Amino acid sequence: MNKSNTIQIETKTLNVTIHNNPVLKNIDIQIPAKQLTAIIGPSGCGKTTLLKSFNRLLEIQDGIKIQGEIVVDGINIMSSGLNVPDIRKKMGLISQKPYPLPMSIFENVAYGLRIHHDKNAKELAEAVQNCLQEVGLWNEVKDRMHDPASRLSVGQQQRLCLARAIAVQPEVILCDEPTSALDPIAAQQIEKLLLKLKKDFTVILVTHTLRQAKRVADHVIFLYFGKVIEQGPAAEFFNNPKNPETKAYLAGEIS
Amino acid sequence: MPPRTIRGMLKNKLVLVGILSLFLSFIFLFLFSNFFLFALFLIIFIILLVYNFIKVSRKLYDALGTRLMLLATVSVIFLFFLLLLILINGSINILSDQSLSDLIFSSTWKPFSGKFGLFAVIVDTLIVTAISMVIAVPISLLSAIYIAEYAPKKFRNIVRPFIDVLAGVPSVVFGLCALLVFVPLVRDDIAPFFGSNISSGFSLFTASLILSIMVFPIIISLCLESFNSVPIALKEASLSLGATKWETVKKVIFRAAGPGVLAAIFLGFGRAFGETIAVSMVIGNQELIPKSLFGPGQTLASLIASNYTEVSSIPILASALIFVALILFVVVLIFNLLGYFVLQRASKRWKY
Repeated sequence: MNKSNTIQIETKTLNVTIHNNPVLKNIDIQIPAKQLTAIIGPSGCGKTTLLKSFNRLLEIQDGIKIQGEIVVDGINIMSSGLNVPDIRKKMGLISQKPYPLPMSIFENVAYGLRIHHDKNAKELAEAVQNCLQEVGLWNEVKDRMHDPASRLSVGQQQRLCLARAIAVQPEVILCDEPTSALDPIAAQQIEKLLLKLKKDFTVILVTHTLRQAKRVADHVIFLYFGKVIEQGPAAEFFNNPKNPETKAYLAGEIS
Repeated sequence: MPPRTIRGMLKNKLVLVGILSLFLSFIFLFLFSNFFLFALFLIIFIILLVYNFIKVSRKLYDALGTRLMLLATVSVIFLFFLLLLILINGSINILSDQSLSDLIFSSTWKPFSGKFGLFAVIVDTLIVTAISMVIAVPISLLSAIYIAEYAPKKFRNIVRPFIDVLAGVPSVVFGLCALLVFVPLVRDDIAPFFGSNISSGFSLFTASLILSIMVFPIIISLCLESFNSVPIALKEASLSLGATKWETVKKVIFRAAGPGVLAAIFLGFGRAFGETIAVSMVIGNQELIPKSLFGPGQTLASLIASNYTEVSSIPILASALIFVALILFVVVLIFNLLGYFVLQRASKRWKY
């Protein structure tokens, strides 16, 4: 693994409370650029909360308090006066269950492009085609681009969401258990795609299946009850865990 | 062994005795006017009824319950056709007396001279409904979006009950307030402002104003319902692509909630179109097309309200009013069917 990798996201004493319950406690992590980082831990340990704090999506919910710093590309995104949509544009989000926007397949991918770029119809169509090819969906949908996206299968929808995310050329792709709603074959497709995409993007994958993390991760962050227990390169983390709680979790003794 | 089916119940001797006693009680009541025997057999019937119902099996309860629900549903549908039949039957008199085109395309409504032209009233109805919707729809949509998407939670929780109460206030209350507030306001300020100095305040515009106010809470309340049912993950999907809140509202939430919003508008239209008493109190009750919005008019619904007292003195007027009711009924029917088809299309198109 390349040690000279730059850091894409870094948090400094990040604390999050939801309705005054602490959910994340003193999180200090570094996420390397152009790698696949897995955030693992038992359910309810704050994985999704951590993921959504990276693109400031947390704050659209009620009763959330965030303290600390989240540094992306050397900028603390928690500082005031920043344009939040610009921060979010840098990070695509793939949710547990795919949520295609209520419009056609084409418009789903074109949605972000229309907002951020002034493209003419031909350029737009090309860009949409590129994104769909990138996620291996083009051949399946090229004849029905103007059908509502809700008619696709769930697995196709998840790949459409991926295409929609990379269309706005983010730097990071945030994945919140993207395969948990999918059948094994569709899940495998998504996993392969994530491995392919990490060449161009920093991929952060929240997962509760250890085996998935073992299969795909370069870097692992282990959360337990809102605290970071251990983080490091995947090989080291899985083969030579330092913390007793990590050992117990890997052995399946805590969950 | 309790009976398991209705046929099984009829085989039961106790049930037969029960039915017989009910029959006897009626005979004694109607044929012999003997109240003592009537009461006696009725009590026997009731005792047997209660006894049987305690003993019937759960399966029979289930069968009876299902049939009862079916009966209730069928009778509601039956009522629809019964109403339509009564209206058509009642209109036959006026339709055989005058031609349909005379009724609809002539503007003279003079019941005492036997003239029942509805053109002016139809035009007034369309104007009043249209203006009230033009005022109500944008304002209610904006406020529904604000409450659902922008307002802090506390504000939302405080405002919601007020809107729901407003939606349930009897329309005569609105009518009275309009009479006391809007009529003078239109007469003294709004009409002169638009250069119409002779307005009495009883006008199409006043009616539109009060209708729009009555329609607000309905549209807002129903829209809130559908905005709130848009999953938060859909908003997150749009926001995470770098869309602003307004872009998300406009392009995503509005579509996802689209069918519900359309339904709300249709319902609001129905209320505005058919509202009677509040309109009748402030519209001026003149069956003519006024030269300005600040002149008096009459809508189909208010026409019935302000004429029904004369029905006994002019026999054919009753038939004419029933014909007006038929028009109201058919328009509401058509609008509902239209709404249904638009809704079907929209929910297919904007599914998420």
